[in-house]
Amino acid sequence: MTSTAGVAPPVDVPGLPAEPPGELPPPTGRRRGGIGYLLLLPGLLWLALFFVVPFYSLVATSLYDPAGSDFRGYEMTWAVGNYVDALQEYWRPLLRSLWYGGLATVFCLVLGYVLAYAIAFKAGRWKNLMLVLVVAPFFTSFLVRTLSWKLILADDGWVVNTLQVLQVLGDDGRLLATPVAVVAGLTYNFLPFMVLPLYASLEKIDPRLVEASSDLYAHPAVGFFKVTWPLSLPGVVSGTLLTFIPAAGDYINAELLGSPNQRMVGGVIQSLFTDANDYPAAAALSMVLMVLIVVMVLVYVRRAGTEELL
Amino acid sequence: MNGLRWLREHLVLVLGLLVLAYTFVPIAVVVLMSFNAPASRNVYAFDAFTLDNWANPCADPGMCDALTRSVQIGLLATLVATVLGTLAAFALVRHDFAGRSATNLLVFLPMAAPEIVLGSSLLALFVATGFSGRLGFWTIFVAHVMFCLSFVVVAVRARLAGMDDHLEQAAMDLYATPLQTFWRVTFPLVFPGILGAALLSFSLSFDDFIITNLNAGTTTTFPMYVWGVAQRGVPMQVNVVGTVMFLVSVAIVVVGELGNRRRLAARA
Repeated sequence: MTSTAGVAPPVDVPGLPAEPPGELPPPTGRRRGGIGYLLLLPGLLWLALFFVVPFYSLVATSLYDPAGSDFRGYEMTWAVGNYVDALQEYWRPLLRSLWYGGLATVFCLVLGYVLAYAIAFKAGRWKNLMLVLVVAPFFTSFLVRTLSWKLILADDGWVVNTLQVLQVLGDDGRLLATPVAVVAGLTYNFLPFMVLPLYASLEKIDPRLVEASSDLYAHPAVGFFKVTWPLSLPGVVSGTLLTFIPAAGDYINAELLGSPNQRMVGGVIQSLFTDANDYPAAAALSMVLMVLIVVMVLVYVRRAGTEELL
Repeated sequence: MNGLRWLREHLVLVLGLLVLAYTFVPIAVVVLMSFNAPASRNVYAFDAFTLDNWANPCADPGMCDALTRSVQIGLLATLVATVLGTLAAFALVRHDFAGRSATNLLVFLPMAAPEIVLGSSLLALFVATGFSGRLGFWTIFVAHVMFCLSFVVVAVRARLAGMDDHLEQAAMDLYATPLQTFWRVTFPLVFPGILGAALLSFSLSFDDFIITNLNAGTTTTFPMYVWGVAQRGVPMQVNVVGTVMFLVSVAIVVVGELGNRRRLAARA
């Protein structure tokens, strides 16, 4: 979503890469009404039927009488208690999801910034090739990739053996079924969601601004923190959001690389729906997860002072 | 000492390349394991080299069934999402109407919502409307079109917004009818964007697990098959599929890039 408040209209500054045309200002030949609605209708209808209405169903389901079942049917009793029960029973996987998702986002930011910076400023004519290479590994199935990590981190694998020799891990120490493996898997799987937005905003920075700071005797580190970093903030904000939201909702990494002690809330919701058929509890938990994520995102965006990015 | 100086000057690039190399480690393992003849069901090491997995990719018929189903759903969902999304993108860029920012918000939200929430909402709807016993191919299709649509709209919209309308105006000045202008000028210009959006849709649909798993009933797609065998021993053929997916997508990117270069060269 691009709100236009506070965004200056694109201006061509000589030597600066032209601002990519955003949504506004509107093109001149824009026609009103009529056929526009017709073009929009099928897509909007699909989203209304299968995105908006389902969300309403989710809210309703979360308030059903918890005694209902597939056979007896469900009754709408405004059972707000579902939320209390869900929170009481599942607050651990809920907090764990936010914690693991947050950790993975921080690691992605560190790794992703280095990579995006290298591509934007140091790759020269290899820029396009490196960008392709960033995305390429992620076209292999998510699950196959994650299973591959399971092999790499396995108890008798070379990673564990090396760490044991280096005394980082004890002799019976392991990586699989630990939070380390889950966070590592999340970090790996969501890295491109961080790299691409970071690259997009680093790439727009005029290198002459950084040169100017060093002409004015700023240490390279000062130049980085006073010039490059602030200018890349839009990319940092969108990258962290694009990483955190799916990472906190993911349960594939937790189930394949972790143990029940690393269970994340997505897995709980999934099994409440499909194994336990406890729809009201599952729906309530799903709602809680979404509200928590929305609140965290709003607070974060406000603190980062980048509301206009949303 | 020269080496050390070189390293200092290129530190960021070297670190960046290391990160890039790290992203390829699991891919290398997948490719390697596709040639593995495992000694037991629980595979943790490369035991012996074999071409069997490549020669008999469908040794487990369940895998190929799931694969076929994923391709069918992927193609169908891509087709519908691309058509609906492209129409909507044209409306959003070329037409003015009330409720524009609300529409943009509606398009944006499915991309921002966690998959587990999207999936459980749809399941809640299917349960409430009595479809819980009929989950399968078509409920997966409906879900996939829903989450692919937004990505198509965004991709095609970006392509359209980046296009100036001088060529179209020129066509009209030369007495082309609106329909001719559209098919001879506008559509070919937007086509790369539509193609890219379709490819993205297919890969999103093909790879989706969380939303699919909630709305699939007893139908199995390829990611669901992998999920299932992860608990009971993974056939090495899964790695053959992983390798092929990697190679195909790299090939598509390379062909696209070569096409771009040729176009740019022709223009220069």
